[in-house]
Parts: sequence; structure tokens; C-alpha cells
Amino acid sequence: MSFQTDNKLIKWFDDRLPLVSVMHHTFVQHPYPRNLNVAYQFGSILGVMLTLQIVTGIVLAMHYTAHTSLAFDSVEHIMRDVNYGWLLRYMHANGASMFFIAVYLHMFRGLYYGSYKAPREMIWMIGVVILLVMMATGFMGYVLPWGQMSFWGATVITNLFSALPVVGDPIVTWLWGGFAVDNPTLNRFFSLHYLLPFVIFGLVFLHLVALHQKGSTNPLGIEIKGPADYISFHPYFTVKDFFGFAAFGVLFAIFVFWFPNYLGHPDNYIPADPLVTPAHIVPEWYFLPFYAILRSVPDKLLGVLAMFAAIGVLFILPWLDRSRVRSAAFRPQYKWFFWIFALDCIVLGYAGSQPAEGNMLVISRIATIYYFVHFIFLMPVLGWFERPKPLPTSISEAVLAGKASTSAGENA
Amino acid sequence: MMINRSIKVLAGAVLGIGLMTGSALAAGDAKELKSVDWHHSGPFGTYDRAQVQRGFQVFTEVCAACHSLKYIAYRNLMEIGFSEEQAKAIAAEKDIEDGPNADGDMFTRAGRLSDKIPSPFPNDNAAKASNGGAYPPDLSLIAKARVGGEDYLYSLLSGYSEDSHGHECGTGTYYNPYFPGSCLAMPSPIADDLIEYVDGTPATVDQMSKDVSAFLTWAAEPKMEERKSMGFKVIIFLLIMSGLLYAAKRRIWARLH
Repeated sequence: MSFQTDNKLIKWFDDRLPLVSVMHHTFVQHPYPRNLNVAYQFGSILGVMLTLQIVTGIVLAMHYTAHTSLAFDSVEHIMRDVNYGWLLRYMHANGASMFFIAVYLHMFRGLYYGSYKAPREMIWMIGVVILLVMMATGFMGYVLPWGQMSFWGATVITNLFSALPVVGDPIVTWLWGGFAVDNPTLNRFFSLHYLLPFVIFGLVFLHLVALHQKGSTNPLGIEIKGPADYISFHPYFTVKDFFGFAAFGVLFAIFVFWFPNYLGHPDNYIPADPLVTPAHIVPEWYFLPFYAILRSVPDKLLGVLAMFAAIGVLFILPWLDRSRVRSAAFRPQYKWFFWIFALDCIVLGYAGSQPAEGNMLVISRIATIYYFVHFIFLMPVLGWFERPKPLPTSISEAVLAGKASTSAGENA
Repeated sequence: MMINRSIKVLAGAVLGIGLMTGSALAAGDAKELKSVDWHHSGPFGTYDRAQVQRGFQVFTEVCAACHSLKYIAYRNLMEIGFSEEQAKAIAAEKDIEDGPNADGDMFTRAGRLSDKIPSPFPNDNAAKASNGGAYPPDLSLIAKARVGGEDYLYSLLSGYSEDSHGHECGTGTYYNPYFPGSCLAMPSPIADDLIEYVDGTPATVDQMSKDVSAFLTWAAEPKMEERKSMGFKVIIFLLIMSGLLYAAKRRIWARLH
């Protein structure tokens, strides 16, 4: 059932440039499995968050000044003198955190239900690229207010590249645009921070093209077999996604209006001072697990490589996982290892927030090793040893059987 | 059931972040802060105008001798309950350097509402030179720039003690258990009856510390009241919206069999 209309003008237009039918296909008739649960809400929430970040960011850029001697003042000017400037800035800063909450939940959903497996490897891999670009964008955005954490975070992170042999120091000088983090660095970070969200936007487009090519996975992990298994995007998922936006909006609003600085660091309200190093340099919360991996390796170069490998390993995950069953619901052992892995990531995040010394260093080393063992060893090996539970024959059968049993329970 | 699960997921996420940042901030070896039940804390808390005005008096008569407050203009004083006439009068008490005039000379005039509060020193080095090499930080954002916020400011200001518990502070530094490292370059800035409050409140160290901490909280976050009241409306809207959308979702999905 493709797009039909009696309107001659729209027909003429759509025949030459099929925007209307593409939109209709994407947002109205595209078939989705009927059994998607709440874990599948975060993709559309991420789309909204990206849009919100771009809109608030464009307005903030109208009032912000990317210069080392003016940046901090211009942010305070936004907070105090620009109409609703405080709202824009708090939405943008907390929006970044909400963006990462949603993206991590979206990724754990993918890990739990095996969304990365054939034939959906491209969707997953584009997603990992989006994550990398998001991280670069978030990092550079945190530098822009030019507070103490901005400056020292930028110094620590850019210095990581100096660990590379031979090319390390020239690369760092090139990144800085000079011999220290200074005005050229701030200028280029601002330029790139403005550019990269549009790159993400393009990548999201590819992510969706790949998604529509193979269709969404679902909690059962079996493919759509017939018309009884799927429902159209509209009205079923439009209404469900809008509910998701409103519910997620409540969480977002609690942070923006009551805890706007909770996820930030007090030191970033001190103007950058290259002569005073903060006692404890910590990145934003969403980098803490990776920061813990970086610091748990005694060698600087190997630490940097481990940190990048922690994301790089996600690229090859579709080939590391040897199990033919997608959903963890039918993988009795993987289900346990999934939750242990999730816990491991939280432990890494906590370790990243603490000084790297004593017991905490030992814990972060164990957690780092487990992170890689999960992907490199457990994922391939589980596929061989695990006895998956029998899969249902179709989505509709499983859904209707579940409905029958719950309604029977309600009647009893 | 779906709502229950989504709440659990979100609560887990919030808890996770809370654990990480909460502990990320808990560095340092200073004494546990005194906790004050501020008029402005809580989801509906507003600034106590009388307290913030007293705090402004403490700032003007004590802190301003060394510390700047460069993001606050005299017009902002109307936000804490001063009338326009009062704010104008306060501004006019200060001499502000302006210029250059048509002849190219700098000149001094009385302060106006649009002027920012002038800094006590012409530049950072002058500030350091007058304070034994230690730079007295600008106070506009101090309540947001210190772990513990206004509780920290209050604890620090009221927490100087003669008994240093065996801590050896070097020359030019003073013992204060609430300061990370316990020795800071600022001597106890206030004493009982150091100033005379306009509203007749007894000027104890405790009272002045509280008042000026409340004032500095306002200075760091002047839009807090507007923020909380807008947030209340936004949350009500979103909750009603969520309820309606959830009902709509149930009704539309009921068509499926």
C-alpha cells in the first residue's frame, strides 16, 4: 500500500521529487514488529535530543564568543542578560548528558536483544561511528565555557595523542594550533563543535536507511514472517514514541530546572587558569568508564590504545558473537553475562570518578580486563557452549499466547 | 507495567550517574560541612529578600575590600527587593571611572544602575600584591564554584578556630578545618558586631556568615526563582501529557488482537 493522493499538485510534485512518498513510507506505513517493548523507545528519543541540542546550540552560538579572554564572560552574559539564556544553556548542557543516557540505554538494548547480528551489522557499525562523533562533540562542547575543567580536560585529552610514537608530538601541536591549549584550540573546537552535530545528523540518516533496509529487531529476536507479526509505524509507534518523549522529558526537566549543575563540575565555574592545576581532573560522567580503562593501564601508549580498543571492539562485535540466537531471552547463559557486563561498566564508571590509586586502581584493572574478556572471549565461546531455549515459531503466536495467559490471569 | 519498567530503567540510570558524580566530587580531606536549611533550598525555595539584602551589606562593608563581584550590576539589586531609588542611591555612592571624554581624558563620575560593581583593585597583580601574593577570587560565581556551595561558604566563614588541632599553618595562612588543606590565605574576615545591620539584626559571626552566603548564592544563580517556577509548570505539563499519551497509546493498541 504505497502513498495515494487525489491532490493534483502533490501528485505532480511527488512524481518529480518523491519527498512526500518517502516521508509517508518512513513515518506512516513502515512495518515494525508488534512486540517492541520500552527498551526500543530510545532511538526516537535520541532523534529528538539531537534536534534539541542543535536548536539550543545554534541560539547559544549567537551569544557566545570563542576567545580565551571572552568565552567565560560570554557564558555568564548568556546566563544573566540574554532572555531565557539560562534555560538555553542548562538545556544544552544537561541535554548532552540526557543524550548519553539515552544512547547508552539504546546500545545496551542492542546488546541484550542481539540487534547487531546479521543482517543488521551496518546499522550497528554506523551507530558506533555516531557514538565516536558524539564523544568528540561532547568533549569539545565542554571546553567552550573555558572554565578550569574545560581547560585542563582539553589539556589531558589532547595530550593523550602525544603517547603515539614519532608522530605523537607533531599531532598534538597540530591539534592545539600552537604549543599549548590556547586561543587557536578554543577557536577550532568551537568550529568543530558546531560542525559535528550535522555530521551526526547525516550518520543518523544512514543509520535509518540501514534500519529500513532490514527492519527492526524485536525482543524475541526472530524475523517478521507474515502480516500478523507487524504493525505500521503510524499510529502505533507514533503514539508510543510521543509517550516516550514526554516521559523522558520529565527526567530531563528535573535536571534542567532543579539540578542544572549536578552533572557538571564546580571547577568549571572558575575561569581557566593555565598556571593553576585542579586537584582532581575528571571528565564528564559519560566518559568515566573509558577514562578508567585509560588509567588502569600502567603504560601511557597502551592505555590510550586500550581506551580506543574499548570502542573499537564494538565494531567487530557482530563477528565475535558466534551464537545464532539473537535475543538474550532465549540465551540462558548470555543473559547472566550481559548483566555482569552492565555491572562492569558501572564499576568502571565509578572507578573513573575516583583517584587512580590503591584498591580503586586494582578494581579498575580487574574491571578493564573483564570488559575485554566479555567481548573477546565470552562472546565467541558462549556461542559454542550455550544451549539456547526453543524459539517461538512466530512473533504473533508468542504475543497472542502471552496475551491469552495474562487475560486468563486477570479473569481468575 | 510498561510504565513501571521504564521508571525502573530511568531510576537506575539516575542512580548510576548519581553514584559517579557524587563521588567524583567527594575529593579532599576537609571537615564535613555544616548543613543549613536555607530559605532558597527545596523545589519551591525562594531567596529570603531580607537575608540577601543583609548579605549584600556584609559584602559591601567587608568582602568588597578585597573581592570583586564583577558580574553583578547595580540594576540587579532591584531583583533582591531594593527599590529603583535605593539601587540608584547605592550606585551613586561609588565613584566610577569612565571615558575617554571628547578631550581624550578619563574622568570619574557617580555610579549608575547600568554599572557593574567596581573591583577593589585595578588588576589581578595589584590584588595579589595587596594580599600577600594570594589572589582574592571574584565572588560572582563562588557559590557554584566550590563543592558544597552555600553550605561550604557558611561553614568556612563561621568555621575559623584558634585551636588548630596540631595543624601547622605557614606565615600568612590561617587555620580553617573546612578549607581543603586546612590553611588558607584569608584571615577570618568577620567578627561579632563588625558591622551594624540596617534592619537591626544582631550582627553575630553566624548571622553574617549565613547572610553573605545567601547573598552570594543569589549572585551566582540570580535566575533560580524563575527557573524553579517555570520548572514546576513544565513538569505539570509533561506529566499530564504523559498521562494522556499513555491513555491514547492503550486505546490505539487495543485495536490489535
